[in-house]
Amino acid sequence: MANSVAEVMPTARSEHLAGAAAPGGQAFEALEPILRRYHRSPDSLIEILNQSQELYGHLSDDLLRHVAGSLELPLSRVHGTASFYHLFRFRPPARHSCVVCNGTACEVKGAAPLIEALEQELRIGLGACSADGWVSLGSVRCLGTCSAAPVVVIDGAVRKHQTVSSVLAAVRELDAEHGPEGEAEPQP
Amino acid sequence: MTTLSQAHASPTPSSPSPTSVMRVRCCSSAGCLAGGAAELRQGLTAAVARRELQERVAITGVGCLGPCSQGPLLAIDPDGTLFAGVTAADADGLIAALAHRLQAVSAAEWEAPLAWRPAAGEQVDTGRPFFTRQRRVVLENCGLIDPERIEAAIERGAYEQLRHTVTDRTPAEVVDTIRRSGLRGRGGAGYPTGLKWATVAKMPGERKVVVCNADEGDPGAFMDRSVLEGDPHRVLEGMAIAAYAVGADQGFIYIRAEYKLAIVNLRRAIEQARRRHLLGAGLFGSPFGFTVELRVGAGAYVCGEETALIHSIEGQRGTPRPRPPYPAEAGVWGRPTLINNVETLANVVPILREGAGWFAAIGTEGSKGTKVFCLTGKVRRGGLVEVPMGTSLATIVSEMGEGCPDGAGLKAVQTGGPSGGCVPASLLHTSVDYESLQALGTIMGSGGMVVMDHSTDMVAIAAFFMAFCRDESCGKCVPCRAGTVQLHGLLQKHLAGDATAADLAQLEALCPMVAETSLCGLGQSAPKPVLSTLRYFREEYVARLKPGPTAAAAGR
Repeated sequence: MANSVAEVMPTARSEHLAGAAAPGGQAFEALEPILRRYHRSPDSLIEILNQSQELYGHLSDDLLRHVAGSLELPLSRVHGTASFYHLFRFRPPARHSCVVCNGTACEVKGAAPLIEALEQELRIGLGACSADGWVSLGSVRCLGTCSAAPVVVIDGAVRKHQTVSSVLAAVRELDAEHGPEGEAEPQP
Repeated sequence: MTTLSQAHASPTPSSPSPTSVMRVRCCSSAGCLAGGAAELRQGLTAAVARRELQERVAITGVGCLGPCSQGPLLAIDPDGTLFAGVTAADADGLIAALAHRLQAVSAAEWEAPLAWRPAAGEQVDTGRPFFTRQRRVVLENCGLIDPERIEAAIERGAYEQLRHTVTDRTPAEVVDTIRRSGLRGRGGAGYPTGLKWATVAKMPGERKVVVCNADEGDPGAFMDRSVLEGDPHRVLEGMAIAAYAVGADQGFIYIRAEYKLAIVNLRRAIEQARRRHLLGAGLFGSPFGFTVELRVGAGAYVCGEETALIHSIEGQRGTPRPRPPYPAEAGVWGRPTLINNVETLANVVPILREGAGWFAAIGTEGSKGTKVFCLTGKVRRGGLVEVPMGTSLATIVSEMGEGCPDGAGLKAVQTGGPSGGCVPASLLHTSVDYESLQALGTIMGSGGMVVMDHSTDMVAIAAFFMAFCRDESCGKCVPCRAGTVQLHGLLQKHLAGDATAADLAQLEALCPMVAETSLCGLGQSAPKPVLSTLRYFREEYVARLKPGPTAAAAGR
């Protein structure tokens, strides 16, 4: 963990230094079997980035640097490739995710009012994350489950035939857990 | 439980014959899973265990059963009765009904309709046009076999054609059969598959590559997902046969990351085939070997374009490059590469099994075989259908799909996704084949068919597709990168009621420019939704215009 380095060097620049100095082999041990499986081949960069993101939640600068070093690629090449594809994240994901499908069938069947209602309810715009890191609101261009349109995915669970009221009820359930300190206990 | 043991002991089913066993096929594809199909299957399995019926009632997961809009779906064998809208709460009642059925002592009792209905669902009448108008070639096993078990696929003849091909046919014979069948690419462009195979086969080179394009990015299309989820071995076998025909030893399946279940099913299928030596070195005792690797995309629509796809397989940014050289000459790592779409490859096995003439007898003069479509949007009965080429749009949308719900009249059918166009209701008699759709300013595309009723705003639809193309433009060439932004801006101006006749004229001038000067298919076809809505729904653009100095010119 980078933290231990930061503890050793508790300077104002510690965070930056910790990140920069994080020796890849130590910090990203879980990635090692994956790198080995793909023979550290530059051809497998996208596969490796996919699985890195799965392991660590997002592609941090340190992680990208580690991948670049492991595959003997310039960081510019790794970052350039990662930033090209929509599914790669460079910041930690929110604890909950709410993704509205924006494919043609969902659009025709009313995805726009769902997005509008969610923006108001969560008080964030599409593509944003709430300031406390609680929930993010995003859209996806077609999940291929068009018969279930309009579709909203909340924390990975695909919900079919959504309406403004059903989708608001679903995010309010997340909110109920979120409640202020002491009220987060599950109700009997 | 006593009645059940009595049933077991009773004379009729004493020696379990095939008909004394029932099978529940639960749709386990992504559409039904969104409606709770996994919980339903768990509930059924638990109910069977509680009643100790494991020997007599099999619960299996299968691929798409068709009318996805009514899911979760399940079918009950031996007679294949189909039920829609089944939930986990229905599980116990269904198994109780099946237990009762298994006590049948006479043929009449055995064959009587099941006295059970899902609480909130219904029995689906498979005599409706949605089912009777279909012709299943690509989907022949989809919904029948358990995609998780290679044994189920093999029982239905999987890898039999590969064995025949490798042991009895020359590569040239295989290419010739595909050529004579008249099969054309199902990814959208409709390039003759046999010609493509012959080109790659002729290329010099020690090592060649076969790529299966499973980057089904068109919104509103899920044919390839359904095939990969429901019958993955069909695609693997098609790839291996293609590899034998063109002389390739390495294969890649490039699949979009959004298709989680298809990825899981494919990974499992590749591993199963490898273990049984149906993929790998020295297949069926011949020197021919073929390996398949999965490459998962990371969300870039442009990667469906073949040169962008090649870059992505190589681990680079998915940007297209000018052709020639075509991938047939220089593809993955510069090697001669054959790229075919999932559905194209899924047609290979039936063509070899039944013969080129059989396949060529289905469809029209220029478009042979069948096409899988995804019927979605404002339609009563939506889902996955496979029809012979040449079927009219009206048959698919009005007859099979049973038209728009809520009595709102049908306005248009969108085909071909962001690269296609809208066909107005007045032209629904058009036959579904490559040439007829092209003549209307749209394309066959990969098979998405989104039905729109009169509540749909066509300018908004054009803007919707342009926003898609703008977001998905890779940025490499200026006409597409800047053109899609300008076109989207102009469409927004129309939507806001701020556009003048001059803006409309500019929109019309910019469309052909972007189409003609863009580097790849994305930019070349991006203006199509605008052009087709302008062609058939021009009044919706004109009605929004702000009075301006040249308003008269806009009414042209």
